[in-house]
Amino acid sequence: MFGAGGGTSAYREIEETDLIVLWGSNARETHPIFFHHLLKGKQAGARMFAIDPRRTSSVAWADVWMGLEVGSDVALANAIGREIIAAGLCNTAFIERATSGFEEYKAAVEPYTLEHGEKLTGVKADAIRDLAHSYARADRAQVCWTLGITEHHNAVDNVFAIINLSLLTGHIGRFGSGLVPLRGQNNVQGGGDMGALPNKFVGGQDVEDPELRAMFEREYGRPLLEKRGWHLSEMFDAMEKGDLRAVYVLGENPMQSEADAKRTRRLLEGLDHLVVQDIFLTKTAEVADVVLPAAASWCESEGTVTSSERRVQRVRKALDPPGQARDDIEILAALARRLGTDWGAPTAAAVWEEVRRLSPWHGGMSYARLEALNGLQWPCPTDDHPGSPTLHTRLWDDPVTGPRAPFEVVHHAPPVDELTEDFPLRLTTGRRLDSYNTGVQTGGYTSPLRHGERIELSPEDAERLQMVPGEVVRIVSRRGSVEAPVKIDPGLRPGLTFMTLHFPDDVETNILTIDAVDPRSGTAEFKAAAVRVEKISVAPAAEPVGASTAERTR
Amino acid sequence: MDAVPMSFVRYVDLTIDGKSVRVPEGTTLLQACQSAGIETPTLCYAENLTPVNVCRVCVVEVEGARTLVPSCSRPAEPGMVVHTDSERVRHSRRLVFELLGSSVDLSTADPKYLADMARYEAVPERFDTGDATGHGAKATVQQPVKIDNELYVRDYSKCVLCYKCVEACGTDAQNTFAIAVAGRGFHATIATEFETPLPDSACVYCGNCIGVCPTGALMFKSEHDMREAGTWDESKQAVTDTICPYCGVGCTVQLHVQDNSIVRVTSPHDHDVTEGHLCIKGRFGFQFVQNR
Repeated sequence: MFGAGGGTSAYREIEETDLIVLWGSNARETHPIFFHHLLKGKQAGARMFAIDPRRTSSVAWADVWMGLEVGSDVALANAIGREIIAAGLCNTAFIERATSGFEEYKAAVEPYTLEHGEKLTGVKADAIRDLAHSYARADRAQVCWTLGITEHHNAVDNVFAIINLSLLTGHIGRFGSGLVPLRGQNNVQGGGDMGALPNKFVGGQDVEDPELRAMFEREYGRPLLEKRGWHLSEMFDAMEKGDLRAVYVLGENPMQSEADAKRTRRLLEGLDHLVVQDIFLTKTAEVADVVLPAAASWCESEGTVTSSERRVQRVRKALDPPGQARDDIEILAALARRLGTDWGAPTAAAVWEEVRRLSPWHGGMSYARLEALNGLQWPCPTDDHPGSPTLHTRLWDDPVTGPRAPFEVVHHAPPVDELTEDFPLRLTTGRRLDSYNTGVQTGGYTSPLRHGERIELSPEDAERLQMVPGEVVRIVSRRGSVEAPVKIDPGLRPGLTFMTLHFPDDVETNILTIDAVDPRSGTAEFKAAAVRVEKISVAPAAEPVGASTAERTR
Repeated sequence: MDAVPMSFVRYVDLTIDGKSVRVPEGTTLLQACQSAGIETPTLCYAENLTPVNVCRVCVVEVEGARTLVPSCSRPAEPGMVVHTDSERVRHSRRLVFELLGSSVDLSTADPKYLADMARYEAVPERFDTGDATGHGAKATVQQPVKIDNELYVRDYSKCVLCYKCVEACGTDAQNTFAIAVAGRGFHATIATEFETPLPDSACVYCGNCIGVCPTGALMFKSEHDMREAGTWDESKQAVTDTICPYCGVGCTVQLHVQDNSIVRVTSPHDHDVTEGHLCIKGRFGFQFVQNR
């Protein structure tokens, strides 16, 4: 945000904040150790609002639950913003000194009255007012979110809508006041920071900036492409058009993790050449032309990862990798040699020195310092810099240093997959405590908490549909159908259903999900599909045009 | 911000074993002893838990006080005169070790605990009236190992009722409240609600109870099985710090590896991300790298 792709606060700041807003995050189950810090904040007296369509185990700890309609986050944020402005609770001095675009924002949120907000979101006007006033009046306030915000077709709008609230109130750039996007996966922060993005070099540096590109060209001794590349969803579109014919996948399982699994399968199988580098023979690896067995990066090789609080930490080799598996760096160097460039045999430490030379965020992070200090938080430009637990403190300089933080006008746009008579139920997806993504890793251990995939229904819907726990039913979306047993969850409101993506070999939930993608982030709308749930004993209704019957992998 | 608010710290002067010691207000006597280089045995105390004052191993003598005081929770006060090695303190510590040791099996206890027992010349057998037939204090608390899941086992014959697991499961870390102390006297045990097996309880298998257990009463099933098979050998184990491979929080995990297999996972108590605590995936989710 504001040019730095990272959360603004260290975890421990939530222990000393006054107001916690947990928005689209079931951190109790998905980020349990962050939730320990959050609970310390609660124990110290912080008030907590939880914004989530489901009444999850995280929501159970909140003072106020705001059970909004799936995909109405922008409407809710704009209604909160409008109420803060209408009640005269803006931090006017901060807005004038450190931000831009306030008048446009104010005009844009004007229609989002409490009553209109209630209509769009399903959250009671009183609750919206309570959050608006509490947030604006708190000395310190933290907004934390996860994939409930970002797995939508308007993911970037959702994030902007929340950032706007922080600018309105000055809850940014101070200890205990900030924005905390919890990263879903280990080192997804580090991957982006290291330049594994289509538009960035290492350290968040833009590939289309000629000066920055020149620095990298000097380092690498050769010209570099002037244009940004494709992000994941653009890559699939390019495969569709035939512009992308060969793909090299490292440590990902798109065959099972991508929304609209049938399309993904067709596109990957249609490639001229597919290379997969992974520690497992995943479903994606099974259709690859070449599979390169890799060492597990967190325990069979050396390196660093970066966490949701921008903390760079060392990972170390504890085990010898099995069979022919080799370190990722070793594989890449061997490949470079075959392609005509000799990188020698670089170690993780040598690659890290290159990062330190090129990235302004990481210059001060020697391996020795990372070891001694249990990691460092970027930016940390020099060897004597202590790291940066809190970002954007410059917004409190008077006059403000650097560019002003802009308000972004965003508007409510409901989920792409519309609810109709044929598809009357909203399906949202998420994780459970003991499992992770497509289960490739968590499938390796036996958890007493694990009961396989289930379709979770509200008690009201289950009664209406005459379905009982354990009964296997068919779940149909516009893209296909799967079968799964029923679980009844009183935390769901009528009309809302829930599944995970953890057991794709048994129930391929991504047959149902929609690949409506936010063009800016490339993230698909995993959180909002339209479905109907049918009893299996009843003959299935006619399939929608363009979709076939259940396609289960086994 | 350039202006950092000044924090005003007041200091307290006291005397410990004849030495003058100055510590910040709010420091416990245990921390004051540590800062003065005086080693104090502890059992129910852990730096990542709130002191519960149940074991009385860390007691010290404060002049003018009627009873010995637990150093882990008693704050230092101005002018206190503290003795940590008086006859009264030594006697009390020895007695506590002997009573605890006489009633439980300490074969897998933390070596530090056993070293402290030796330091105070504790002879638990003095209080165990048991004979060759196994009748005695230990026999009273003897019970089979509870094995009701694949992740960890509970051997309450080794439990000294230090409450650490209850604290870690409760407000000090996990806030799951799956366990508490049930019963009284010799019948006191750590138990789930209605003593149900773990899979029927509120347990979420974070293993944070194992992380704080000083006697091995709570143990990874992998460790338990290896001990049963006689293959557990700490001299052949290496411990490597790395980062958990799951969510984006970035928890430091310590992998205890024997013969190229992870046999136990812990987290450092002094690391400010985890404070020694993990979740089920970090604690037990490592198996995928060794399904080779």
